[in-house]
Order: sequence, then structure tokens, then C-alpha cells
Amino acid sequence: MAADRERDIVTGKSTTGHEWDGIRELDTPLPSWWLYTFYASILFAVIWCVLYPAIPGIDGLLGHTNRRDLAETVKAATDAQAPMVDRIRALPIEEVRKDPKLLAFARTGGRAAFNNNCAACHQVGGAGARGFPNLADDDWLWGGTLADIEQTIRYGIRSEHDKARMSLMPRFGADGMLTPAQIDDVVEHVLALSRQPHDQAKAARGAAVFAEQCAACHQKDGSGNRELGAPALNDQIWLYGGTRGAIRDSVFNARGGVMPNWEGRLDEATIKMLTIYVHGLGGGK
Amino acid sequence: MKALSPQERAAPPTNVSAPGPLYASRVKVYPKRVAGTWRRVKWVILTVCLTVYYGGAWLRWDRGPGAPDQALLIDMSAGRAYFFNIEIWPQEVYYITGLLVLAAVGLFFVTSLFGRVWCGYVCPQTVWTDLFMLVERWIQGDRSARIRLDKAPWNARKIALKTATHAAWLLIAAATGGAWVLYFDDAPTVARQFFAGESTTGVYFFVGLFTTTTYLLAGWAREQVCTYMCPWPRFQAAMLDEHSAAVTYRAWRGEVRGPIRKNVEPAPGTGDCIDCKACVYVCPTGIDIRDGLQMSCIGCGLCIDACNEIMGKVDRAPNLIAWTSIAYEAERAQGRPARYRFVRPRTILYAALLTLVAAVMVVALALRTTVEVNVLRDRMPQFVLLADGAVRNGYTVKILNKARQPRSFRIQATGLADLVMSPAEGEASDGVVTVLAKPDSIETVALFVKVRRTVLDGANKTVTFRVLDTEGRVVARRDTVFVGPAR
Ligand code: SF4
Ligand code: SF4
Repeated sequence: MAADRERDIVTGKSTTGHEWDGIRELDTPLPSWWLYTFYASILFAVIWCVLYPAIPGIDGLLGHTNRRDLAETVKAATDAQAPMVDRIRALPIEEVRKDPKLLAFARTGGRAAFNNNCAACHQVGGAGARGFPNLADDDWLWGGTLADIEQTIRYGIRSEHDKARMSLMPRFGADGMLTPAQIDDVVEHVLALSRQPHDQAKAARGAAVFAEQCAACHQKDGSGNRELGAPALNDQIWLYGGTRGAIRDSVFNARGGVMPNWEGRLDEATIKMLTIYVHGLGGGK
Repeated sequence: MKALSPQERAAPPTNVSAPGPLYASRVKVYPKRVAGTWRRVKWVILTVCLTVYYGGAWLRWDRGPGAPDQALLIDMSAGRAYFFNIEIWPQEVYYITGLLVLAAVGLFFVTSLFGRVWCGYVCPQTVWTDLFMLVERWIQGDRSARIRLDKAPWNARKIALKTATHAAWLLIAAATGGAWVLYFDDAPTVARQFFAGESTTGVYFFVGLFTTTTYLLAGWAREQVCTYMCPWPRFQAAMLDEHSAAVTYRAWRGEVRGPIRKNVEPAPGTGDCIDCKACVYVCPTGIDIRDGLQMSCIGCGLCIDACNEIMGKVDRAPNLIAWTSIAYEAERAQGRPARYRFVRPRTILYAALLTLVAAVMVVALALRTTVEVNVLRDRMPQFVLLADGAVRNGYTVKILNKARQPRSFRIQATGLADLVMSPAEGEASDGVVTVLAKPDSIETVALFVKVRRTVLDGANKTVTFRVLDTEGRVVARRDTVFVGPAR
């Protein structure tokens, strides 16, 4: 490759002595201003390093930090939202829903709050999981009106709050209140209520046990009672599973999920926005 | 670049052992005034380009109330671009992609035919440099006067002339930077705010930026931009072949060059070039076209004009330097008849591509509707089981109303037995959801569709949304998936 430097016939310039596939390279000097641009870039970099934090442990002269930048951005955003948030805080929830602008704001704010606080159990979009109710369906343990939802969010279920929604299902099997045979019968009756395949003889016997032990809360027809958080047993939605085994487990050991109270942890406006968001997931009454 | 004497040219390559310098300062170019065909063409194109650029933003175009009345406008904050009667939304930037593809293929096409005409005639770097040189010549005089002025010691006259030149340049540069920002907001408003000191920092920044770059690039850097900064000269060689026309010195006719003297018969074998260097003096990049096709040549054709003037004076045939191709000249040098080949596989390909892209663009523009519909299926949750055993899916329908009037649309869903559609807010009437779309905006509707579980049979199904206008015409049909539980 490295041949002798020679003079190019056409231009009279010297070549670099490099040759690739018969093409020889002219030794053209670079323009000086390229060099000066390079020096200027170095100078720029030095000034930058002096002004801004570039070396770990050394703050720049300007005292710039990304953390403060972020804090300022967040504060600016919060300030910009303040008028809307204040109005939501001041208005009754029904009024918020009537104003399209406030409603859109509340939905968006509610979604953010939901994803931060609620989605861990209820899943994104309120899809729910075993033991954590789906909030998008049309079945509610404690009611699906705005007021119901707000109360649930505010005080929680079986939480530490004085006003928490409370109810206790007896542990029919574990505490020996029903015999295993009676429990089997009740399970068949519950399967019958939700129109699933069942043993008719057992279900008939179970109906009597159900009327005596369960109907007070779950109602005779299994339609449930939202005052007491007693789920409907005659529909297709099962929080802990609707199979024979799962229902038997529920009767034997009882169920009683816990949801924390959010009053005191989330501010008034956020609770309202959450309520509106959850109500709008598809199941709101 | 030093021109070689014929003796030097003939000498065999000699070894040069000492490496040259790594860097060299720019050699200032003093282009001489020239008149002729190509110079006239350049003046016309320059006038057109500058008029369009400086005046374009002031053109008005009535789009009705509530819409901007500027013919050419890129409204960043509202996310709209206006080009006369065409209005483009952000999701339609493919029109701009199309324009860029058109521009690129057009450039390839023209380059394969006529070499660097873009560089020589239309490129903004060339146009503004030309304008700056004109101003420079008006103030400081032609080539020799400018050389003398630069050599002269600093005195009152030199200071005055130089100051005047740079002041004029800066003024043009500021007008250039100022015209730029006019395209991004209502031009009269921008201009008024600018001079009242009410514009945003961003506006002043961009005006300052483009003023500086115009001043530096057209006043100082000039041919350095074409030779050292611009990528285009580097890869345009890929578009050229031996049939492409380019500004060429007909060496077979001109060599051996030699001066003419009065009453002295030229020696036998002397060519037409009288070595007057007129072509070198007018060249804006300061090169000698007689060295052959070279990277620094921007194809402006000014050397053609210069040489033709000389040829006229010495009574020789014109076009010693001409737009011509290597293949053509090779034939002519052999004394054979030659012809230009414009139709070549390369040019056919570029022309075909150009036509294709242009056709696609025209069709896309012609079929552009003022309403666009997107249907997004909710993924969280995928589906919801309802108390009565039905399955529900959620969809978000976005209707882009690009018209300037509010319009009412009706949405229907079909495709599954006994499906029930309802809006998340309000009620459906007769299975139809009515939406009032505000003018020039996007309307979002959340919809639920529910079907019996048995209809799904454990598999995903297709559901079709139809959007109808008030006259009952279907303006959009969108198929989407309906998801249910595995059996
Ligand atoms: S050599 Fe001729 S065509 Fe090329 S840049 Fe110079 S004047 Fe223009
Ligand atoms: S202008 Fe024409 S005659 Fe004069 S040096 Fe150039 S090519 Fe030769």
C-alpha cells in the first residue's frame, strides 16, 4: 500500500503514497479553519465542564442539577393544575361530573392516582385478580354508585378506619358450625343458584341449610346484599373462584378481603378524581 | 491550485519525499464580473428564489373564519401545516416525506442529466453567495480593485468600504433570518411583535442564528461550504456517468494552449486556448476548469461565459468550455461524430421513480378526506366478564374532524350475533352512538361492546365499526378484534 509519495500529473500535487485499487490519494492539506473549529470545540468543552457538573463530585459554577430541574418542572405543572384541582376539591362529585372539562381532568388525574395506588391489587384498568375485585364489571360488593365508591375509597373495607365498611362471614367449617356433609350440600345449592352443573339431591338439602345460615346476608335467592358486602351468588362473577372446590373453600374458611382507607393518605381532590375514574371504568351505576 | 505548464504536464511523475503541510489557509477568491448566457440564467433564478423566500410568508390565502389566512404556514403549536389549499395534520407528515423523496429523486435525475446544476444555480448557498458577491462588487469594485484594496494599507477609504460591505451583508443576513420565522406564525403579527420587542426569546434566537449563519456562510465561508462541508458533492459522483453533461474544458480543442501575439502565426499544433485565465478569474470557487472535472466545481457555467467572450474577441469558435459529456468529447476528440445520450438506464430509472412517487402523492392528496377514524381496543383489561355471563370489550374511537365546521357522526358496530354497543357516558339509541365532532379537532369516544359468551365460542372474533355522516354515507369502516375468555 505505502508506495512512494509522488507528484500527480494533472494537479501537480503530491500524493500521500497510498493506493487503493489503482486510485492514489492526493495529499491535500486540510483547511486551517477546521483545525481552529476543533480548538474552539475543545474550548467549548472546557467552559462547559466548568459551568456544568461534568466530573463526578464537582458541581459546576452554575450550580445546575437535574434533580432541581425536575422539581421545578413538577412544581410548574402542579401550579398549572392547581385551579382545576381546587375546583374539584370544592365541588360536590356530581357537579364535577357535569362539567366536561373537569370530568376529563378528573379522569386523567384519577387514572394516574389509580395506577400509583390501586393498580397493585386491582390491576391496571381495574381488571382485578383473584381476591381483588374487578372494578370494570357490573357486579359490586359494596355498591357501584358514585357515593358508594367514594365511601369505599375514603374509609376502606375492614380497614383501621372507624367508618370502614365492616362485615364478617362465619367460618362454617373451620369453626365447626356446619358438618362437612352440610357444607357439601350448601355448595351444591350455590352451584345451582349460579346455574352450574350440580347434584340435585344434595342441592335440595343444601337449600334448607342456606336459608337458615346464609340467606340473612346473601339473600334467599343468592342475590347478595350490598349493605353488608355480601356478594351475589347467583351471577357469573366470582371473586375467589366459582368452581365446586373454590366455593367449598369459601364456605369452610370464610372470606373477608381488606382494603385500606385512603382518607388521610390521599387528598380530597384525589379521592374524588379516583371515584370518578373508577366509576367510569365500565361498571358505574 | 496551481495550473501546470505543458512541460510540467508532460514530465513523468517524480518522487516527492518531503510531506506537505497538514493544514493550509483558505486562499481568498476574487471572482471577476462576467456577462453571458449562463450569468443571465443565474440572475433570473436568483431573483425568483429570493423573491419566493422573502415574499412567500406574506402571501394570503382565505380559509374561512377561525383559520389562519397565510398561504404558507407551519403552525408548530397547533400542529398544522398549511400550503395554499392543502392543510396537513401531524399524522400526515408522510406528505412531507413524499416531498423530500421527490426532491431527492429529482436531484438525482437532474444530476444524472446535467451534472451539478443544483449546486450552480439553485442551492441557497450559491444563491446567497452570489448575492453577497454582487453587493461586494458594487461597494468595492471588480476583481482587480478588490485585490488592490485588500493589499492596500488600512486607511479611511478602506475602512469605509469594508464597513459598508459588512453592514450591507449583515442587513441581508438579518432579513434572511427574519424571513425564516415568518413562516411559523402569522407573518404581519410576527413582524410587528419583533420590532416592538414583544417576540419570544425563541424567535429572537432563531433570527439571530440564521442571521449569523447567513453572514458567515455567504460572506466568509463561500466555496469552503461546497468543498469541505456539504455532503452532496461527495456522493453526487454516484449519479454521474460518462454521458452526464458537465461543465467541461474541451482539451482536445484547447491544447496545446498558448498566448496569441499580434502578427505572429501560432506554432503548428497550438490549440484554441490562449491561456488568458479568464475562466479562472470568474470562477466563484477559484479553480481552473482546464484541470478537468473536479470536486470543487459547482457547475455554475460562468467559465463558459468568460471563455466565450474571449473566443469572440479572438475570432475563434465559441464553447471551448461547454456543458458536455465525457463520452461525447471522447468521440469528438477522435474526430468522430458524436451525439448526447440523455435516455439511459439510469435516467429512465430516475424518471420512473420520480413519476411513481409523484403519482402516489397526487393520488394520496386527491383521496385525502376531511375525516379520519381510528379505533383502539382497550388492552387493560382485555375483556370483562359480566354478571349475566356476557363478555364486554372496550374500544376508544377517535374521529379526526379536519373540516372547519362541527359535524355530527353516527357510529354503529356489527359483526357479532346480538352484540350490544353502548357509550361509556350516556346511552346508545337504536344501537347507534351519535358524536358531535368539534371543527378542526379530534373527538374521542369510549365505547363498550358486549356479547353472549356462547357467541364467542372461545375464540377471538372480528367486530366492525362503521362511522356514518348525517347523510348516512359510510365515511369509515374499521375492523377490530373482540377478545373473550378461552372456553
Ligand atoms: S469551473 Fe466553471 S463551472 Fe466550475 S465552478 Fe468554476 S466557473 Fe463554475
Ligand atoms: S477563458 Fe478560454 S481561452 Fe482563456 S484560459 Fe480559459 S479556456 Fe483558455
